Amino acid sequence: MSAVIGFLEQLGSRATGSIHRLGFASRFLLLTLRNSGMCFRRFSLVVREIYFAGVLSLIIILVSGLFVGMVLGLQGYDTLVRYGSSSALGVLVALSLVRELGPVVAGLLFASRAGSAITAEIGLMKATEQLAAMEMMAVDPIARVIAPRFWAGVISMPLLAAMFSAMGVFGGYLVGVRLIGVDEGSFWSQMQAAVDFHEDILNGVIKSVVFGVAVTWIAVFEGYDAPPTAEGVSGATTRTVVTSSLAILALDFMLTAFMFRGD
Amino acid sequence: MMKRKALDLWVGVFVAIGLGALLFLALKVGNLASFSAAETYLVKANFDNIGGLKKRAPVKSAGVVVGRVEDIVFDTEAYEATVAFSIDKRYEFPRDTSAKILTSGLLGEQYVGLTAGGDAAKLKSGDKLKITQSAVVLENLISQFLFNKAADGNKDNK
Repeated sequence: MSAVIGFLEQLGSRATGSIHRLGFASRFLLLTLRNSGMCFRRFSLVVREIYFAGVLSLIIILVSGLFVGMVLGLQGYDTLVRYGSSSALGVLVALSLVRELGPVVAGLLFASRAGSAITAEIGLMKATEQLAAMEMMAVDPIARVIAPRFWAGVISMPLLAAMFSAMGVFGGYLVGVRLIGVDEGSFWSQMQAAVDFHEDILNGVIKSVVFGVAVTWIAVFEGYDAPPTAEGVSGATTRTVVTSSLAILALDFMLTAFMFRGD
Repeated sequence: MMKRKALDLWVGVFVAIGLGALLFLALKVGNLASFSAAETYLVKANFDNIGGLKKRAPVKSAGVVVGRVEDIVFDTEAYEATVAFSIDKRYEFPRDTSAKILTSGLLGEQYVGLTAGGDAAKLKSGDKLKITQSAVVLENLISQFLFNKAADGNKDNK
């Protein structure tokens, strides 16, 4: 009997604990947004963070985009050629990149490359009491540390996703047209006929903005909320990558269900 | 600590590449270049059966895309489908232009084909096309073929 009660108690405390954390995270996001004024007045703060979140992620995004595009080119050709429609290779590569793979894979890479770094940095700042020191000097750590990182992530993510897609299309072109020898004219013209600016490209950009908000929100919150120990920071960094990857995939499903219902 | 100027430069390069990639997607991958915000006029047509025609399907004349399907509704009085499509202002068509629903290739998407007539008056916005031809439904075609076959078979037996 006591084992059952113990189990129920544990279940209850887990449920309230996660709801409590969600509420804390939401209030934290509101607080970040409310204190964002300063980082737009002193935009150099955001520029510095864009360097760390965006510019340093450039290489991994470009290289992965190129390879994903090249693999799509090879695999897509392999399937399409059975139906004699290898000229639709451009459509396949461009649509799958612009609609799904660009935002999602770039988001996953961004979460593990930049999100984890943000969490570790903020967590260590907290562990070494730099945040507390700022408060002592009447500097709001949310306005000075959290908000610039948040906005840098939100700005960088759509740009990285666009680069990923563009690089992927280029990779598909390299493999499809240069290596395999699909007709260049039909590769581009069928792609342009099938990819719609509003339906496909803008929706992809909207997705990447949503992912950018989700990943950086999770990253800065986990960092700020991390227990101020070495173990706590390492746990928070892991949680950032896991939670934001799951959030990206779940959000992607929901956004896709809203955006592409087939009519 | 990195110098401020070098940092600004790198971020500038990053943003420029990102915007360049977006521009590449919009112009080279997407259809923004071919569809400038040209002025259009709206024309309607009733079809017995639209098959698999969808919104935003192309409207072509002589194989050239001249417009897009804007809306498809079911007309509850005539029990037909009313298709509204916008045509680029640059292209004028005679009043007695006819519309067909065609398929590009064997498995391709369906589109509206316009064939110009001989009327001197031009189509205006809000006009309705009188002569239309429905989509070919494969099942009907097959059943017609089978009926004909069966009829021929009966004749031969007699």
